Amino acid sequence: MAQSQTQTLDLGPLTEHRRRLPFYVDVFRRLIREKPLGLFGLVVVIMYFAMAVAAPLIAPDDPNALLAGPKFADPGVSNFFGTDNLGRDIFSRVVYGAQVSMTIGLVAVAVSTLITLAIGVLSGYFGGIADMFIQRLVDAFIAFPGLVFIIAIGAIFVDTDFPGFPTTGVFQTDNVVLMATIGVLLGVGSSRIIRSATLSVRSQAYMEASRAIGAGHGRMIFVHVLPNVMAPTITLATLGLGTAILLESSLSFLGLGVPPDTPTWGGMLSGEARSFMSEHIWMAVFPGGALSLAVFGFNMLGDALRDLLDPRLRTG
Amino acid sequence: MTKYLVRRALLAVPTVLLVLFATFSIVRLVPGDIVELILAERPYAGDDARQQVEEDLGLDRPMVVQFIYYIGDIARGDLGNSYWTTRPVTEELGNRMPITFEFGLFAILLGLIIALPIGILSATRQDTIADYAARSVAIFALSVPYFFTATLLIVFPAKWGWAPPLRYQSWADGPIDHIYYFFFPALLLGVSLAGTVMRMTRTMMLEVLRQDYIRTAWSKGLRERSIILRHGLRNAMIPIITIVGLQVGVALSGTIILETIFNMPGVGRYLVGAISQRDYPSIQGVVLILAVSVVVVNILVDVAYASLDPRIRYG
Repeated sequence: MAQSQTQTLDLGPLTEHRRRLPFYVDVFRRLIREKPLGLFGLVVVIMYFAMAVAAPLIAPDDPNALLAGPKFADPGVSNFFGTDNLGRDIFSRVVYGAQVSMTIGLVAVAVSTLITLAIGVLSGYFGGIADMFIQRLVDAFIAFPGLVFIIAIGAIFVDTDFPGFPTTGVFQTDNVVLMATIGVLLGVGSSRIIRSATLSVRSQAYMEASRAIGAGHGRMIFVHVLPNVMAPTITLATLGLGTAILLESSLSFLGLGVPPDTPTWGGMLSGEARSFMSEHIWMAVFPGGALSLAVFGFNMLGDALRDLLDPRLRTG
Repeated sequence: MTKYLVRRALLAVPTVLLVLFATFSIVRLVPGDIVELILAERPYAGDDARQQVEEDLGLDRPMVVQFIYYIGDIARGDLGNSYWTTRPVTEELGNRMPITFEFGLFAILLGLIIALPIGILSATRQDTIADYAARSVAIFALSVPYFFTATLLIVFPAKWGWAPPLRYQSWADGPIDHIYYFFFPALLLGVSLAGTVMRMTRTMMLEVLRQDYIRTAWSKGLRERSIILRHGLRNAMIPIITIVGLQVGVALSGTIILETIFNMPGVGRYLVGAISQRDYPSIQGVVLILAVSVVVVNILVDVAYASLDPRIRYG
């Protein structure tokens, strides 16, 4: 009797059955199972990255080759998306546009993530006078109209060439400045969210325990704070990529972003091409559609990640 | 309340000063400075012309001194004269500000008219087809840039011989023409703002409608309309107002692009021109106005909290 009772109380198989998957693997599994829209976003995002990396393989023509076909060709077999007013292949330009937008977006988000973490974690972790001072600077920055900031900084470096950077292509000085300013703008703006996440980590018992066994600030920040604010950071980065791409193309549309010799989605919608669009609507539909779908993908994915990683985050 | 407002306004002063100083230094760092641009228009000027122009514009003094003089002028309501038109910046902005503000306000209003009902419907019919459709459309509205929708609106109906008005119509040209002109840019901006507001409305309504007092209201036999609007929406309003307040900054950035497309003589388009002409006083004036509006809106948002929720009191 006593023996059978110990057998029924054996919890071994139960705990084995509930073996936990690593956190991010579990998130990925739930994304596939529970978030069809998020999964759709992920597929779109992967597609765009593939397009950016493999642009030379995918694009049938040089994006700047004049008269790759007749002018104003309708979409068809020889030019999938038709050709523009200079006879350039719109499909090739859209594919290379992805390369520009994705690169600028990725670098900008890398910059912004570093800034967000630096400001948010330090301000939230140390608190006190430093926090007070930093937050007033952040206030001023947020009150500053974002587009104006980027335009003004871009104007400062308009005729400069940074030594060591190529004079053409994605990493020319103008674009590097653009990446940095978009990064700063997004980074400072979202540091508030990381700051409040840090504040809630700071009040946890494990922080106190760690302090009690003599951990220094460096260990506390890198071992305890950073891993615990990773979830909102990932969400912010995903949504930030969409915003960065949108900002870059808005500026290119105004003629103040990527220089016009590089094909960009924003640039394709602006300038001289506009006067032909009512006759040849494809010239507007494809670059604009490619841009919208990219931002849509990042927003869908970011949204799903927010639900899965950190339900408390609500930026609307 | 008055004491609170005064304190908030005083706290905002350093913020605005910081924004001004940043603008002040940034515009002076832009190469190809104003003096060279002006001299380029006077090819026969003598050797001392450069010094003369600098003195005229007050640019020969150290930057910090320039800034202190500038702050003193602002305190007297003088934003300086445009370097190009030589007209006072206050006058230039005075003509353009109402246009931009009207545009922004119209857009936010249209955004709310679209967002609130859809957000509420989406929350009360959670996980139905209508909810999924509304949420997808909201993210879509957030993702499609308005310079693309504006382009489509201009080029697409041209086939049938219609186009949105692209020439500014003032009130004097007739109120109907005026509203007709503003309607399209405001709708485009409004729709993109509505995406965010709609999502916030939905989330908050879902949370509020699960509260005990909502169940109480149902069991008292109140009408659905009254439960959702008076008990539900009112309590969901605070975060919604917060988001709308944050959208003001977004809307102001949006006006820069849409004013350019629709040829609207507002502050945004003026700013783009001023930056390319290195017109320091004009750039500074616009940034001052924009920063002050953002700060004022933030204060108004906090004041709105108190009127929405009687538990919030400012001493």
